[in-house]
Amino acid sequence: MTTTSTMDKADFKSKLLTHFDTFQRGAAQDNSPRTLSALQQDAFQHFRTLDLPTTRHEEWKYTNLRNLLQNDFSFATAREASALSAAELAPHLMEHGDANVLVFVNGFYRRDLSNLVSPVEELHVENIGQAREKYTEAIDKYFARVADYQKDVFTAMNTAISDNGAFIFVPANKVLQKPVYLYFITDATRGNVVSQPRNLYVLGRNSQATFVESFRTAGEYIGFTNVVTEVVTQENAVAEYYKIQNETANAHHIGTTQALQGRDSKFSSTTISLSGSLIRNNLNIVIDAENCESNLYGLYVLNGKTHVDNHTLVDHARPHSYSNELYKGILDGKSTGVFNGKIMVRPDAQKTNAFQTNRNIVLSPEAAMNTKPQLEIFADDVKCSHGATTGQLDEEMLFYLRSRGIGQKAAKALLMQAFAGDVLNHIRLEPVRNYVENVIQNRFHTNA
Amino acid sequence: MLSIRNLHAAIDGKEILKGLNLEVKAGEIHAIMGPNGSGKSTLASVLAGREEYEVTDGEVIYNGTDLLELSPEDRAREGIFLAFQYPVEIPGVSTTNFLKTAVNEVRKYRGQEPLDAVQFLTRMKEKMKLVNIDQALLSRSLNEGFSGGEKKRNEIFQLAMLEPKLAILDETDSGLDIDALRIVAEGVNKLRTRDNAVVLVTHYQRLLDYIVPDFVHVLYKGRIVKSGTKELALQLEEKGYDWIKEEVSA
Ligand SMILES: Nc1ncnc2c1ncn2[C@@H]1O[C@H](COP(=O)(O)OP(=O)(O)OP(=O)(O)O)[C@@H](O)[C@H]1O
Ligand SMILES: [Mg+2]
Repeated sequence: MTTTSTMDKADFKSKLLTHFDTFQRGAAQDNSPRTLSALQQDAFQHFRTLDLPTTRHEEWKYTNLRNLLQNDFSFATAREASALSAAELAPHLMEHGDANVLVFVNGFYRRDLSNLVSPVEELHVENIGQAREKYTEAIDKYFARVADYQKDVFTAMNTAISDNGAFIFVPANKVLQKPVYLYFITDATRGNVVSQPRNLYVLGRNSQATFVESFRTAGEYIGFTNVVTEVVTQENAVAEYYKIQNETANAHHIGTTQALQGRDSKFSSTTISLSGSLIRNNLNIVIDAENCESNLYGLYVLNGKTHVDNHTLVDHARPHSYSNELYKGILDGKSTGVFNGKIMVRPDAQKTNAFQTNRNIVLSPEAAMNTKPQLEIFADDVKCSHGATTGQLDEEMLFYLRSRGIGQKAAKALLMQAFAGDVLNHIRLEPVRNYVENVIQNRFHTNA
Repeated sequence: MLSIRNLHAAIDGKEILKGLNLEVKAGEIHAIMGPNGSGKSTLASVLAGREEYEVTDGEVIYNGTDLLELSPEDRAREGIFLAFQYPVEIPGVSTTNFLKTAVNEVRKYRGQEPLDAVQFLTRMKEKMKLVNIDQALLSRSLNEGFSGGEKKRNEIFQLAMLEPKLAILDETDSGLDIDALRIVAEGVNKLRTRDNAVVLVTHYQRLLDYIVPDFVHVLYKGRIVKSGTKELALQLEEKGYDWIKEEVSA
């Protein structure tokens, strides 16, 4: 067994290494302003030396990548592999109304499918590979500085290979009135596909903006999305960030969202996982300034064989900040879930308030949940708490509802909706909330 | 309407009801009294269909059908309503929200059109007045943080909304002050018709001043050991249960 899995991993890696060579040569030929290449080179060196994780790796204990890595991916053809039309895109969109829309297919920006409605005073958008020319300072300061490619092999892989994705800048003192919806479509209609979008959102001093990342896979082949998003909230900025996954049974997703908060800033994130084969969400928040607020909400509603692993880290490095984390999950079928939430309070971070809760309902005997809270507190004047529960639907509540004439299925649906409501009620964007509610309501009424 | 014959029921292997008989006809009010732990709530739970209870013998015929064969929801749809002794709290589900589902599921079962939002609201308003309950309370999570009295009033409000044929009130009067008791009793009286029946489980004669029963039964050690009219309740109030216990063991 071990030999096969090593073979698979070696294959995956050697293919990628070959691809990177081609990629580099191509870059030299087409003469594009590939000023990121020093960084990419460095990331590539790290990718070469870092191991692809197995379950022996502490951070990957409950998430086995063997099924993902044994697939035959062609790394070179992602761009050519898709001719997704507007009509084919339509079913993947939320009813987002009048909003900024950016569409990436297999990691590549599709201008023809995108639409920006906000004035340029409020919103600057560039492809990340071309952003440095105009936004040298921001790119030099933040790109690949926030997400650590030196330790994480998938971040290294993304950093080395990808120069496609969204660079978004919201200028100081501006409130972006309309949200930005970013649709990342992995088009696996013609073959196995890897897509590796790379995003950086910079919110200038005192600005405010909302981002929605929606991940979808089309087609029956295997899709693998390896995404990295860096979010920077400068002083007193307010960022609201949503990540919504509703993928196919053949979709694999490894994503890292890394936030860096400046003084007095606020970052709220909501991560919703609805379907897919394997989903790993890393969410890391570094609070390296005083008086910050971070909210981390998460909801996973799973069935089939979906596996979802949420790894979060809130790193309090300075005093007087507040973080609150609430992740909830409902697991049916043979689905499995992992919640690993780490709160770090460094010696300087006095007067920190940090809270964490993870609650799960497991509906089927074959579904399973692994929860691991990790509190590492090195300051003494702090308020921190964590709590985790995993259980079944409450029989007393169920009986009460049934005794009023509500059928078993509908009664379960009501209880599950109420359970999920704790997270859903924090979604301020109505189109997003409606979308998620619809998906889970349909699920509850058909599967319960 | 309801005919219980030789009912035996057990929970976790322990027999609680040991051959219980009871006949309830349309239009009647029955009071069931008895010492703590005698099996009153067990009877109510078995009638409502709580699955933890195992019926080991006997039968329950409700309007000609075998009640014990029906799921809890179908019993409710057939017109049985249990006001719980200890109503559960359900976070995130408001009374309004779940009652709308309940009322319409019951209507569907009976082949009636569902109530639309306006009709439902009109009905709510009317019944809210009847039990003197506040809209704000009904919009909150069901029973969460409600006072004892508010929970009981909410039970009667639900009863009013669902208009059952057979209402079983398990100690709905316990812990109510006299004003709340009067409201609850008035609510029940106003909902009385010739076609429906009420079974009141209570420890207190006080309730029976407001809702006058046709029959009073004493449940003791899993059996109805004495039945009478409202005078029996007065006797129990005065003398307690010792004389009944003596009669039984004699
Ligand atoms: N899960 C259980 N396992 C074993 N015995 C139980 C269980 N649940 C209830 N009982 C017992 O069944 C008996 C009857 O309980 P029940 O609640 O029906 O009494 P009651 O007449 O309603 O009393 P009260 O007046 O206090 O409400 C009690 O002795 C109680 O301890
Ligand atoms: Mg009782």
